Amino acid sequence: MSSSRNKSLARATHPAWTPWFFLAPFLAITAIFVVWPLGGSLVLSFQQTFGPEATKVVGWDNFKFLLRDPLFWKAVRNTTLYATGSVLLQLPLALLLALALNHPRLRGRTLFRLLFFLPSLVGLIFAGVVFSLVLETRTGLLNHSLHALIPAFDPEFPWLSRYPMAALLLSALWLYVGFNMIYFLAALQSVPRDLLEAASIDGASAWQRFRHVILPEITPVTHFVVLLSLVGSFQMFELSWVLFNNTTGPNDGGLTIVMYLYRTGFIVGDLGYASAVGWVLALLLISFSWLQRRLRVRSAEGGVA
Amino acid sequence: MNRAQLWLPVLYVLLAVFAVIMVAPFAWMICASLKNKADFFDALFLPGGNGFLGVAWDRLTLEHYQRLFAEHGVHRTLVNSIFLSSVISVLATLFTAMAGYALSKFEFRAREILTWFVLAMLVIPAPLLLAPGYQLLHQLDLLDSYWGLVLPAAAPAFGVFLFRQSILNSVHGELLEAARIDGAGEIRIFFRLVLPLVRPMAGAFLMITFLGVWNNFVTPQVVLQTPELFPLAVMINNLRGLYGTDYGLLMSGTFVSIAPVMCLFLLLQKEFIQGLTSGAVKG
Repeated sequence: MSSSRNKSLARATHPAWTPWFFLAPFLAITAIFVVWPLGGSLVLSFQQTFGPEATKVVGWDNFKFLLRDPLFWKAVRNTTLYATGSVLLQLPLALLLALALNHPRLRGRTLFRLLFFLPSLVGLIFAGVVFSLVLETRTGLLNHSLHALIPAFDPEFPWLSRYPMAALLLSALWLYVGFNMIYFLAALQSVPRDLLEAASIDGASAWQRFRHVILPEITPVTHFVVLLSLVGSFQMFELSWVLFNNTTGPNDGGLTIVMYLYRTGFIVGDLGYASAVGWVLALLLISFSWLQRRLRVRSAEGGVA
Repeated sequence: MNRAQLWLPVLYVLLAVFAVIMVAPFAWMICASLKNKADFFDALFLPGGNGFLGVAWDRLTLEHYQRLFAEHGVHRTLVNSIFLSSVISVLATLFTAMAGYALSKFEFRAREILTWFVLAMLVIPAPLLLAPGYQLLHQLDLLDSYWGLVLPAAAPAFGVFLFRQSILNSVHGELLEAARIDGAGEIRIFFRLVLPLVRPMAGAFLMITFLGVWNNFVTPQVVLQTPELFPLAVMINNLRGLYGTDYGLLMSGTFVSIAPVMCLFLLLQKEFIQGLTSGAVKG
């Protein structure tokens, strides 16, 4: 009896190669197309190149030039403005929409959720083409409707040629508010019902319930959504590229960090310099994640109100 | 409860207004793709007339769509986008599910290090690999070919991470052991047992990857040179550059580019949204 049991147990283990067999495609592809170029990018960032072949070692010159280039700082400024603006505009609105859709007696929740979410499926290039026409003076949908609603609004209001950041933030709001709402809605739906009922019985007002029950419960998701928005916004390129017709926009107002990288790498043809820009961007993004983790640990430890 | 009921009508009105705002650009785009140039400037949505609902239906035209197909060969571009998105999303789902399975259900010495490796890969921003990736594809002679787009995208670490979590949660060790005792082979166990158990996750990941490839512009723009190979994002960007004032053409092109993914989403909606939020809400 016991010997046959042992035998079947022995047969129940897998051959030693099994995990490696399942890992092989991932490991091979990642080694060739991620790890290898990652090392290559470290080497490249200390070189000047003219196309993919002609290279010259320049030491720290790329980084030195980068940090002194006013155009790079303009790109950093624009990108930071776009990222903070996106978070401050989209997330409160997304949370409000999620709270509205989470109303227990609301009918048509699925339809509203679908309609709000649909724009997030549209690629940045396609959304950029649509919004480059929506934001057009006079003929565009936005100015036309605003002028019809508020006659004092100037139908010639120059979104694209004078206010590039407003144009970017508006397009991004349309694109992503529903996407962020989905996360908040999922978080709200997982807030325990009895917790809210207990607060109601204790006489907590709607605002008090939101402030002291709902908000703390959804904090992890809020952190996640903020980080996702920041990391995504800091890599924005296509929207600006299409909105301003493959240029940096009026007065370089649509220039972002990745657009700066793309232009130096693939229009000027200096892959070395583009790699240096890539590393600065990577360090920036990694420091966000690190900072966010620190913040989360602190709020979990201290319980700061 | 009474106050909550009082709020409800206000809530409906606000949500409806917001829904109209969100849908308006789509409606405007579709209308613009069906109008001739004069009507584009005269009417905001559809041209007014004596037809049904006060719209001059007979003035609408399909000429922009006809030109898009006849002169600009959008059908070829559409097939390119469908091909690239399908091949990459199927391969990526298969390879990352395999790796996620290995990292969640097997005890072996390198497991911990490899799990850390996957997490480390998650932090690498895609733009960092743009320049060195281009150089590598040049060295491997893969530029201006679909291999150069498919291979680098076929095993994203993000997917390995998702499948590892999902398989840890929904596939029990005893089940695998039972299958082994019954004499099932390892590959058979993966395809017949593990993959069906994480089907919702696989569906969501497939859709997310499909959408990502469909909407990706930078990579094909950098890798491809032959116009016959271009996907829709690259073609539409070029159309915008060359025919910037041809609103009807631009809007019909954009509609053709986003309609397929909308349809796909409507089919897989539930899985997609669940997959999107599963990691965030639990973790």
